[in-house]
Amino acid sequence: MTEKNKDKTYRMHLMVCAGTACVSNGSFKIKEALEKEIEKQNLDSEVLVVTTGCNGFCERGPLLVVQPGNIFYQQLKLKDIPHLVEEHFLKGRPVEKLMYSPPKEKTPIPVLSDIDFFRKQVLIALQNRGLIDPEKIDEYIARDGYQALSKALTEMTPEEIVEEIKKSGLRGRGGGGFPTGLKWEFVRNASSPNGGEKYIICNGDEGDPGAFMDRSILEADPHCVIEGMLIGAKAVGASQGFIYVRNEYPLAVSRLNIALEQAREYGLLGKNIFDTGFDFDIKVTRGAGAFVCGEETALLASVEGKLGEPRPRPPYPAESGLWDKPTCINNVETWANICRIINRGAKWFSSIGTETSKGTKVFSLVGKINNTGLVEVPMGITLREIIEDIGGGIPGGKKFKAVQTGGPSGGCIPKEKIDLPIDYDSLSEVGSIMGSGGMVVMDEDTCMVDVAKYFLTFTQDESCGKCTPCREGTKAMQQILTRITEGKGKEEDLDLLEDLAKSIKDSALCGLGQTAPNPVLTTLRYFRDEYEAHIKEKKCPAHICRELNTYTIDEDICLNKGHGCDLCRKNCSADAILGEKKQAHKIIQDKCIKCGVCYDVCNFGAVQVD
Amino acid sequence: MPKLTLADLAKIREKTKRTTEIREGGDYRAKITVHMGTCGIAAGARKIMNAFMQIMEDKETSDVLLTNSGCAGLCSKEPMATIEISGQAPVKYIDLTEEKTKQIFEKHVLGGNIVKEYALGIGSEKTDY
Repeated sequence: MTEKNKDKTYRMHLMVCAGTACVSNGSFKIKEALEKEIEKQNLDSEVLVVTTGCNGFCERGPLLVVQPGNIFYQQLKLKDIPHLVEEHFLKGRPVEKLMYSPPKEKTPIPVLSDIDFFRKQVLIALQNRGLIDPEKIDEYIARDGYQALSKALTEMTPEEIVEEIKKSGLRGRGGGGFPTGLKWEFVRNASSPNGGEKYIICNGDEGDPGAFMDRSILEADPHCVIEGMLIGAKAVGASQGFIYVRNEYPLAVSRLNIALEQAREYGLLGKNIFDTGFDFDIKVTRGAGAFVCGEETALLASVEGKLGEPRPRPPYPAESGLWDKPTCINNVETWANICRIINRGAKWFSSIGTETSKGTKVFSLVGKINNTGLVEVPMGITLREIIEDIGGGIPGGKKFKAVQTGGPSGGCIPKEKIDLPIDYDSLSEVGSIMGSGGMVVMDEDTCMVDVAKYFLTFTQDESCGKCTPCREGTKAMQQILTRITEGKGKEEDLDLLEDLAKSIKDSALCGLGQTAPNPVLTTLRYFRDEYEAHIKEKKCPAHICRELNTYTIDEDICLNKGHGCDLCRKNCSADAILGEKKQAHKIIQDKCIKCGVCYDVCNFGAVQVD
Repeated sequence: MPKLTLADLAKIREKTKRTTEIREGGDYRAKITVHMGTCGIAAGARKIMNAFMQIMEDKETSDVLLTNSGCAGLCSKEPMATIEISGQAPVKYIDLTEEKTKQIFEKHVLGGNIVKEYALGIGSEKTDY
């Protein structure tokens, strides 16, 4: 049943999402159940089950899209499958209760493209998502796969390829935003010592907390990355490539290896590709989990088998990279854009986006947002459109407070800037960065000092220790932040934080250290009052920093509404609550360890926090 | 597998496209809906569905969408199918057999001529999906 005749026509294709998020939600079990039920109903010669890469709407997994019709089913459970197969796939009656309804609405939306989450997206890097089985090269080819390669190899000179990418305005999607075509030109023009090799590298060491676009691209459409690298190799004159991918991404590694094997079998990798005399092959190198290896010079060291530590630039890798040879490093998403640009032309690509940032960007939308998932949007879209329209707003009727873009190297953008059109430059103007495209949404219950502390703790942990500003500086900043959240902050701490932040930015060796202070700087810029409340009033306005909280019991509510239910006293591990059933309770402040359990267990809102 | 030439690439593309076309949501020249309510299935609608699939496979048709829907409400005339050539009014065919299916496909779907003797009438209930 699993290996069906690939050339056979089926009247219906069931596209089961098998991205990492849906797989964790049991999508392979759903697939098995579908196949079993389809066989039971004798539909196995009519209906084909296809596993695809990430659909993007991870919040609602496991997902299934039925073609033709583009009917979107979500949050499937094993027990739904027999009914679904009989009703829809056999009898042609789509099952409404398994469809998506937007928050606060009751009417389901059957068709995927009518759902707000998908409607505003523009797919370039993710154009094959949900439409192909990533483990079948023929399906990639059917969607114009390897057309761009054949064009690049037979109709274009290397200079023309570089020129086309330059004209497209594509900028690096990994964080820096450096113009891709220009980088390629540098590598093309760089001379390799003794007329030797040049190298192509794909950076798939995606380490930002909450970012998963590179993983999704590698899982859903590995061939588009391979094709992009082939075209890049032709352009810069390389014959060997490396894909550096995190070992924590086993599904991506496995699909990538399958794709490479299939491409080799077809002769799309190897010697004399398309009989044009062009040779190129790719090796997968797995990263061992060090965040700093996403930095290009540390990545190069790691590929060479050395300790993953950065080195000063210049020389840039374009001049002297892997084994001191000119090396072109681009991020996964950047490579995924290349074949689309060659196929459809620089003019088409540059017609999308803003003056300085062309095309689209994939964001992973996470945090306090209704529609968590992966979205690809044109540059210049506003934060409001992403958060309210695509993301469906903030859950639980809470208010939007800030959004963190660019991961630990980025900054927090406050709600006042919600109409900001997003591109590389607008984000840097407000003190953040595009970064790899992480977008963490925060609601009113978030403490911005705590957020800054979280990101700094992350970068401090991941600092490789080679340079002093990053190793010692981030530790000092983290200690100050910890002190503030514990109510031991001093008034001069804020100036000290700013001084430290600026000197680390100026003096750290690599991007990790240079950007590590960004979350602190932006929260100081936009949420200084929260820092001051922690220091001067010893209060955390969002009540997140528990050391600063004071818990009290409203005796009136406790007695009249809760009838002295005694739940808080029973759960208090510090014996800090006085009272017994049918009596008003009271917290002894000297004994209270501020764990907040009484607040969490009280069903009547009698425990109050200040 | 020997190394692909440009011609091989084009061949694979066309061949696979034919089977994956239904994922694209494009416009079809014609749409065939087989009515698959309990009544339809009891009267043999599944044979009709399979017959359509077989003909489409034999003829390597890729511009026709074959789909199913629920009961059309005229249970005594099942199995039934609705043929809708793009831009024209849909036509319902009743009391289908595999033989009639073949004729209808060739004359109406491919040839554009309604097979009047098997048709119930022109027009259709609304099918959203």
